[in-house]
Amino acid sequence: MEVELTINGRVYSGEVEPRTLLVHFIRDQLGLTGTNIGCDTSSCGACTIHVDGESVKSCTMLAVQARGADITTIEGLAGDDGLHPMQQAFMESHGLQCGYCTPGMVMAATSLLSENPNPTESEVREGLEGNLCRCTGYHNIVKAVMAASGGAS
Amino acid sequence: MTAVGTRMLRKEDPKLLTGEAKFIDDIQVPGQLWMAMVRSTMAHARIAGVDTAEAESFPGVHAVYTGAQLQDMDLWIDALPCAWPVTDDMVNPPHFPAAVTEVHHVGEIIAVVLAESRYQAADAVEGVVVDYEPLEAVASIDAAIAGEATAHSEHDSNKAYHWPLIPDPDALEAAFADAAHTIAAEFVQQRLIPTPMEPRGVLAVPSPHGGDITLYSSTQVPHILKVMLAATTGLAESKIRIIAPAVGGGFGAKLNINPDEILAATLANRLGRPVRWTESRSEAAFSTHQGRGQQQRIELAADADGKLLGCRVHIDADMGAYMMLIGPGVPLLGSFLYTGVYDVPAFGFTCDGYFTNLTPTDAYRGAGRPEASYAIERAMDILAGEVGLDPVEIRRRNYLAGGEEFQDLTVASTLVFDSGHYGPSLDLALEMSDYEGLRAEQQRRRDAGESIQLGIGLCTYVEMCGLAPSRVLAGLNYAAGGWEHATVRLLPTGKVEVVSGATPHGQGHETSWSQIVADKLGVDPADVTVLHSDTAMSPLGLDTYGSRSLSVGGVAIAMACDKVIDKARQIAAHQFEASPEDMEFTAGTFAVAGSPDKSVTIQEVAFGAFTAHDLPDGLEPNLQEQVSFDPPNFAFPFGTHVAVVEVDETTGNVELVGYTAIDDCGNQINPLIVEGQVHGGIVQGAAQALWEVANYDDDGNCTNPSLLDYLVPSAMEVPNFKTGFTTTPSTSNPLGVKGVGEAGTIGSAAAVINAVCDALSGYGVRDIQMPATPQRVWRTIRDAKGGAA
Repeated sequence: MEVELTINGRVYSGEVEPRTLLVHFIRDQLGLTGTNIGCDTSSCGACTIHVDGESVKSCTMLAVQARGADITTIEGLAGDDGLHPMQQAFMESHGLQCGYCTPGMVMAATSLLSENPNPTESEVREGLEGNLCRCTGYHNIVKAVMAASGGAS
Repeated sequence: MTAVGTRMLRKEDPKLLTGEAKFIDDIQVPGQLWMAMVRSTMAHARIAGVDTAEAESFPGVHAVYTGAQLQDMDLWIDALPCAWPVTDDMVNPPHFPAAVTEVHHVGEIIAVVLAESRYQAADAVEGVVVDYEPLEAVASIDAAIAGEATAHSEHDSNKAYHWPLIPDPDALEAAFADAAHTIAAEFVQQRLIPTPMEPRGVLAVPSPHGGDITLYSSTQVPHILKVMLAATTGLAESKIRIIAPAVGGGFGAKLNINPDEILAATLANRLGRPVRWTESRSEAAFSTHQGRGQQQRIELAADADGKLLGCRVHIDADMGAYMMLIGPGVPLLGSFLYTGVYDVPAFGFTCDGYFTNLTPTDAYRGAGRPEASYAIERAMDILAGEVGLDPVEIRRRNYLAGGEEFQDLTVASTLVFDSGHYGPSLDLALEMSDYEGLRAEQQRRRDAGESIQLGIGLCTYVEMCGLAPSRVLAGLNYAAGGWEHATVRLLPTGKVEVVSGATPHGQGHETSWSQIVADKLGVDPADVTVLHSDTAMSPLGLDTYGSRSLSVGGVAIAMACDKVIDKARQIAAHQFEASPEDMEFTAGTFAVAGSPDKSVTIQEVAFGAFTAHDLPDGLEPNLQEQVSFDPPNFAFPFGTHVAVVEVDETTGNVELVGYTAIDDCGNQINPLIVEGQVHGGIVQGAAQALWEVANYDDDGNCTNPSLLDYLVPSAMEVPNFKTGFTTTPSTSNPLGVKGVGEAGTIGSAAAVINAVCDALSGYGVRDIQMPATPQRVWRTIRDAKGGAA
C-alpha cells in the first residue's frame, strides 16, 4: 500500500505492508532513525513523535494510519539557530545519560507543555508516565521540563 | 580556570538530543540479512525434531539452520566462555550458541532464520515446528537444592560449586558461642530483568575477499568480545574489529558474550553477507542474562551493648541454565562486603551455586554488592530491634574506626578499605533528611491512628569497585586482568586525542576525560576528543563495568598526560637551551623559571615534535604517550541513604515519598554527572525493593517478560532526591577518585525495605520480602494482626 505523509516539513512517500508499524516505516524506510524502539507493548514511549499536533507512540500506529498526516520527529525540533528550548533544557539539567529514551522523552515533554504551559512537578511526572527512563531516575528530566516551562524547580 | 570539579555540560548531549547518534538498530548495511531465533518454549526438554521445511519456503527467507546443522557447519571451535570458574572443580556444562539435543531454559536458541527483512524473519520463525520430549524442569533454587530433578540430564546434582571465605573459623565459632545477642535472617534476592532502554542487537559485516570482519554490538565490552570471539570461533583476533556504537544503557546486561554475537559473526563470515539481529523487549527475558537470583542467610552475633562480634553468611545462588561470562563470581564479588561499614572481628561466608532451568544469571548493577549491603543493613535493623537500640545508634556504635576518618584499613574479610569516614556521612544524612522531623511526623500519625503510616529506613553502605587489581583477580580464578589503558596524543595543530579502553554507555566519559586532560595539559576541554568503543581506534582495554572507568581508566589518562608533559618539557627545555628542571609548566605553557618571556605553549611543542626539526638527541618525534594502569587496590565508596515511605494499611500500597542520599566517591570530576549516577542508581535499587521481579511458574516459564507486567518504574513512582556528598579521597590512585556508577543501587534497596518494615514495626513486623508489593504488604499486616483484616 502507498503511504504519503509530511515529516518535519518534508513530504515523504513509500510502499508498505498493511501491518508495517509507523515507527518501522520512519526508521527503516525513511531513514529517520532518531525515533527509537524500547519495547513491544506500547509501554516505554521511546518511539514518541507528534502526529497532527498530538504526541503519539509510533509503535502503536500503522504506517497506513498516518496517510496525509503532519508529523514531527526529534530530527525536526532543532532549528538552524540551534537546539529547541526543550533540548537545551535537557542538556543544562543533565536530563539524559545514554540518550536512548531521550528523543521520545523530549517529544512527550514538548507536547505536555503545549497543552499545559505551566505544569507543577506532579503534573510533569504524571504527563511523562508513558515514557520510561532507566538511567536518570527522572529527577533531572523533571527539572529540565520545569526549566523549559519557565517554572521553578 | 579549572575544569575538574565543575558541572560542565556534556559533550555527548547534542548528538543524543537531536537523534543524530547512531544506536545499533540505526545502522543499515546493503545486503544485510535479518536473523531471528527459534527459541525453546520448554524449560527442559529433549529436542526430538525440528521441522524447518515450511519456514524455508516463506517469502524472503534465505536459510533456516537448526542447532544440529549449525554444529555441522563447524562455525565455532569452543563453547561460549565462562571467564570466572570460581573453583577448580566448578561444574561448567558446555554452552553453545544453539541447542542440538537438549534445551535447558525457555528461550534457548533451537534454530535461526535468515531473511531479507525483519518482518520476514519474524514470520519464518513462526513457521518452524519443534518436537519436544519434555523433561522435568528445575524451576527454583529450592528445587535445585532438593535435587529431585537435574537441570542438565547428564548431571547427578544441580550443585555447581561451593566457595568458602572463612579467614578464621575458630574465631567465628567463638564469637557466636559467647554472644549476648544473636540474630538470623533469610532474604531472597529475586531475579531481575536488567532492562536497559535499548534492547541488545548485533550487526556483523564480513569482508569475503579481505578476510576480516567487523561486528557492531550494543555491548559494554568490545575488547573482551574481540578476544572471546577469536577464542570461541577460531577467527584470527587480528582480523576482528568490534564496534560498540551509541549504546543505550547497559547496567551489566550488555556485559556478556552472547549466542547471537557468535552466530551473527560466524554466519556472516560463512555466507559472505552482513547478518544482523535486534532483540525485542519480550525476548530479552530469555536472550539476555538476568540479575541477582540468590537466597541469603545472615547471622549476627553481638555483645550486650550491641557491639558486633561476628557475622556469618551463606548464599544459595541461582546460576540459571549455564555459566555465562562472570555469572559464577557475581555472588562472590559481594562476599567481602557482608560486614559492611562495621568493625566485625569474626567473619565467614560460604556460597553454593546451583543450576536451574531458567535464564542464566550474571552481572546487574552492583553485581553482588547490593546483595551484600542489603543483607547486612537489613540484619542491622533486625539486630537493633533485638538489642533494643535505635537503628542510628546501633550503626554508630559499630562503624569502622569509630566513625572517624581512616586510610588503608584491613577488615575481617581480608580486604583493605582505601579510605572511609562514616560518622559525618551519617550526620549529614540525618540533618538533610530532617530525621528528627520525620520521626516526629511518624509518631504523630501513629498517635492519631492514621491509616497511612510513615516509614523511615536507613542504609549505611560501603561498596568495592574500580575493578580491579589483576593479582587479586588471579587469586580469585578470574580469567582476565583489571588494568585499563590510555593513550594521549597532541596533534600537530594543537588538538588533543585521548584513546581510552573504557566503553561508555551513558556515563559521560567524553566529558569527564576532557575535563581531566584540560586541567593536566592546560588546554580547552573543547579541544579534546575522546576515542573509544572501536577496537580499531582503541585497541587495548578492559571495558566498562564494576564502576571502574574513572578510578582505573581516568587515572590511566591522567598518568598518560603526565608522561606527555614530561616529554614536552624536554623539548621545550631544549628549545631554550635550559634544563628540563628549570622549565615551569603552567596553564599549558612552558617557561624558563625566572624568564617568563622564554616560553612556548604545549601546542607549539606538539608542532615541533611533529616536524622533528630540532628535537633533543635520543628523543623520538611525536607527542604521544600511553599507560596501562593496574590499580593497587579496589576503591571503596560509601554513604548513608535515608528512604521515606508511606504505607497505606488498608491497601498495602507503598509510596516512596522521599529519599536522601549522602555519598562519598572520593574526589569528583563532574558533580553533575555524579548526581545523575546516584539518581539512576537509587531508582534501580528502589525498583528491586518495591516493583521488579522476574516471575517464574513451576514449569520454568517467565510469566512477565514484557513491560506490561515487569514493573520498571516511571516518573510517577519516584520522588525528587536530596543528594549530598562528603569527600574522602581514595588511596588507591593518584587522583583520589573512587567510582559511583553502582553506589546508588547498593544503598537503596535496603533503605527502602528498612523503611517499609519501620512503618509496620508497630505490628511487630520484622521483615518483608522484596518486592514489597501491595499484596505482600497487605498480607503481612493481616498476618501480624493475627489473621484479622
